[in-house]
Amino acid sequence: MTNGIIHIFLALVMPPLLLGVIGKTKAAFAGRVGAPFLQPYYDILRLLHKGTVFSTTTSWIFRAGPIVALATTAVAALLIPFGAHPSPISFDGDMILYAYLFALGRFFTMSAALDTGSSFEGMGSAREATYSCLAEPTLFFALITLSRLSGSYSLSGMLVNINLGVWMHTSAALLLLVGGMFIVLLAENCRIPFDDPTTHLELTMIHEVMVLDHSGPALAIIHYAAALKLFVLGAFFVHLALPYSTGNPFLDWGLFIISMLELAVVIGVVESVMARLRLIRIPQLLVAATILAAFSTLLVIR
Amino acid sequence: MYSFLQGAFDPALVALSAALVIGCAGIPGLFLRKPGPGQILSTVATILAALAGVPASLMLLFSHSTTTYSLEWGLPFGPCELVIDPLSAFFLLPVYLVSAAGSLFAVGYWPAAEHRATERGLTFFYGLLASSMAILLMARNGVFFIMVWEVMALSAYFLLVTEHEREEVRRAGIVYLIATHTGTAALFVYFSLLAAQTGSFMLPAAGSLSALSPYAAIIALAAFIGFGAKAGIMPLHVWLPSAHANAPSHVSAVMSGVMLKMGLYGIFRTLTYFNDPPLLWGAVLTICGITSALLGIAFAVAQRDLKRLLACSSIENIGIITTGLGVAMLGVSSHNSVLVYLGMAGALLHILNHSFFKPLLFLGSGAIIHASGTREMNLMGGLGKGMPRVALLFMVGSVAICGIPPLNGFVSEFLLYLGFFRQLKAHSLIYLVFLAPLLALVGGLAVVAFTKLYSSVFLGSPRSAAAAHPHEAGVTMLVPMAFFALLCLLIGVAPQVALRLVSPAISSFYPQLASAAVSAEYGSILGRLSLAGVLLLTAAALVTLLWRWRLGRSSVASAPTWGCGYQRGTARIQYGATSFSELAVSVFNGIMRQRIERPALTGLFPGAARCSDVPTETLLERIIAPLFTLAGVSFAFLRRLQHGLMHVYMMYIFATLFILMLWAN
Repeated sequence: MTNGIIHIFLALVMPPLLLGVIGKTKAAFAGRVGAPFLQPYYDILRLLHKGTVFSTTTSWIFRAGPIVALATTAVAALLIPFGAHPSPISFDGDMILYAYLFALGRFFTMSAALDTGSSFEGMGSAREATYSCLAEPTLFFALITLSRLSGSYSLSGMLVNINLGVWMHTSAALLLLVGGMFIVLLAENCRIPFDDPTTHLELTMIHEVMVLDHSGPALAIIHYAAALKLFVLGAFFVHLALPYSTGNPFLDWGLFIISMLELAVVIGVVESVMARLRLIRIPQLLVAATILAAFSTLLVIR
Repeated sequence: MYSFLQGAFDPALVALSAALVIGCAGIPGLFLRKPGPGQILSTVATILAALAGVPASLMLLFSHSTTTYSLEWGLPFGPCELVIDPLSAFFLLPVYLVSAAGSLFAVGYWPAAEHRATERGLTFFYGLLASSMAILLMARNGVFFIMVWEVMALSAYFLLVTEHEREEVRRAGIVYLIATHTGTAALFVYFSLLAAQTGSFMLPAAGSLSALSPYAAIIALAAFIGFGAKAGIMPLHVWLPSAHANAPSHVSAVMSGVMLKMGLYGIFRTLTYFNDPPLLWGAVLTICGITSALLGIAFAVAQRDLKRLLACSSIENIGIITTGLGVAMLGVSSHNSVLVYLGMAGALLHILNHSFFKPLLFLGSGAIIHASGTREMNLMGGLGKGMPRVALLFMVGSVAICGIPPLNGFVSEFLLYLGFFRQLKAHSLIYLVFLAPLLALVGGLAVVAFTKLYSSVFLGSPRSAAAAHPHEAGVTMLVPMAFFALLCLLIGVAPQVALRLVSPAISSFYPQLASAAVSAEYGSILGRLSLAGVLLLTAAALVTLLWRWRLGRSSVASAPTWGCGYQRGTARIQYGATSFSELAVSVFNGIMRQRIERPALTGLFPGAARCSDVPTETLLERIIAPLFTLAGVSFAFLRRLQHGLMHVYMMYIFATLFILMLWAN
């Protein structure tokens, strides 16, 4: 029960902090002081108090977009285990629900973008549609590998099972998986090298350009949902890459928080040292990620 | 209550009479002078028959019994037997539901007053189609089966060519006719071989044939070709997109929602005959299924015709069902009852689901065409504002067909995924688990196809004058759509109930299966899924409340869409259907192609020019169409026999029969 409450509390409160850490890391690389760690929280709070402008072209779909995006990510946050603690909701096959919840969110985000009738936003959703559909098989290969390693059919069983012992046994497969899933993590969260979350008006944009016409509280919801998505997918990734646990529940929570912050720093470093890819390279990288994950699956089920 | 009802009347008799009533519903209209009443009468009769037929089928499904009617018809093929077992009863459900809903939709969509010339024939053949499908499911005499099969195929043809003054429609009709008769030819082989095996034209009982006999493989192949052509499984799907696109929308709904399932029923039924089928059968079905699913949805992504997109997505869904069936057959061959259960449950539930969301979408497309006067998605846009109710219902169908929670499409795909993942612990066939990423790719492409469809039709601003002033559909068109949308939602949030629907049909397929324990296990998993669905709806409600609260406390303004500095944008610069899918098409290049004809621009000031793009189907254009041309050329000499003189044709038939009899004696 306590663990459940901590889980929900962390999922509610912590996500924007990751964005703050990423920003700070990038600032450090650029030799700047950077915005405070809590800047994303301030942004969201300020947006919540701002007025809203609705485009005259839009219908209810445009309003539903942010709502569904946040609701689906929030439910996904309840399915994923944080650190060594199992998730509040867990049943056989919940990993499929996890994958498809993001599809629901995407469906509405893309529709909301197209509802504005802006060609920029159309461009963004066309890209999002294609790239996310290429990223989908990677996640499933990862789930198969994990399910095979743990013998479990639920996210909690698969992810909590991974520890240093499993890593020692199947390091090759897990390394491939870490590579593949890191690419998917960056692509799904629209980070560099796939997308740049800090600029709006570049023709290479994906996610940011889709939410161009949202304003005020709706934009706050979108920003928060994006942070939560990073948090949720990050929690999945941290299980693979940093599978430490101590046995003490409270230490484990601390360990989880530290791992997530480390992940944010790594993403910040990647964003600092890499440039954005050319658009036609993105599908190639995503297919490469799928193949990495497929290799890891082959290694564990042969 | 239940036993009382069963004592009071016989559900099988009710189901049979409902089918006959639907079949006769269009007849009075043929003789009435005024155009309206016949259609109303037929609709009322069809709906009443369905209201009786659906509970009767449900009773038959849950009673686990089979009812047999035998009719001595004096033909030399044995008695004409009608049997309803749980498998038939399960397939009867969509027949009644979809035909009644489509019939109600027709009142608003194809009103007799506006279509005086075609309405009578349409109503009559519509009833005949629905009725023949219901009776087909009961037929157990091979010859009777083929007769009903032909009635079904031909009434579908007459429905399809309702608008025969358009050349495109006639072409689609011809292609359909050829495809369906190729299938029928395979069925002649199928039924003759079956008769040779069993000694009578009665369809064999479950598990009564050995799959090891040399004929078994040919029977299975003939069934696959004959029934698969009707179902639209991949190499046999060529007729499907144009046929479904060119029929009136409520007919497309029945053809796609129900008639394709008749082909699947044939395959299901055939597979029950054999005990211990070889692994190869399941493997073929699985490979054809997943190929249909992937290529079908890839074609759908490239389409610009609204109904053609829906038709291609039918190929995808049939592929998913066939994959489930193939996986279940692999389970039967490898004695893996979990795989049998999950594969069958996924396949059967997807049959039910597809017969809810696909008619919903086809009926919706009817309402859209009614409002905008075109099927070309690049000319639509912004219809959501003029027809908000259709837009909402269509959204339900689109989300459901993508297999996204919390609607019904997700549930059946979930069961299939579970089946694939369970293979990780199985002793053999572990590689089936690779179907999971493929199915995920299908799901991802489905999202591309349906966001494309939905957004280019309903969202943004109108791209042509015709789409600028849409009108909301009438009540008779909205009610059937709302009914299907409700069913999609119900199965989505209470999947454990839907699982109980398919369990009896599974046990009739594979009686050895200890169904109760297994279905209880998956029932409880689906129960958790339904909780998650409720949680999702609650979360959405909470976020909405939060947002409305903030919205109420701040200023709300409206302004044109931000043009990023360019304020002279028109509706034409929006992302349209083709531009939306262009990137996806380029990634999956090879399977589907966009044939783009670009004008050659010369000089400093080129004049006006046209650029057009047509989605092309590689398989059809590169392989099948040349084959047809070749066949046409090489059999040209046979055209001398074809001269349109009826009495000579009858003489041919008589001569053939006579020679055959001499030969047989």
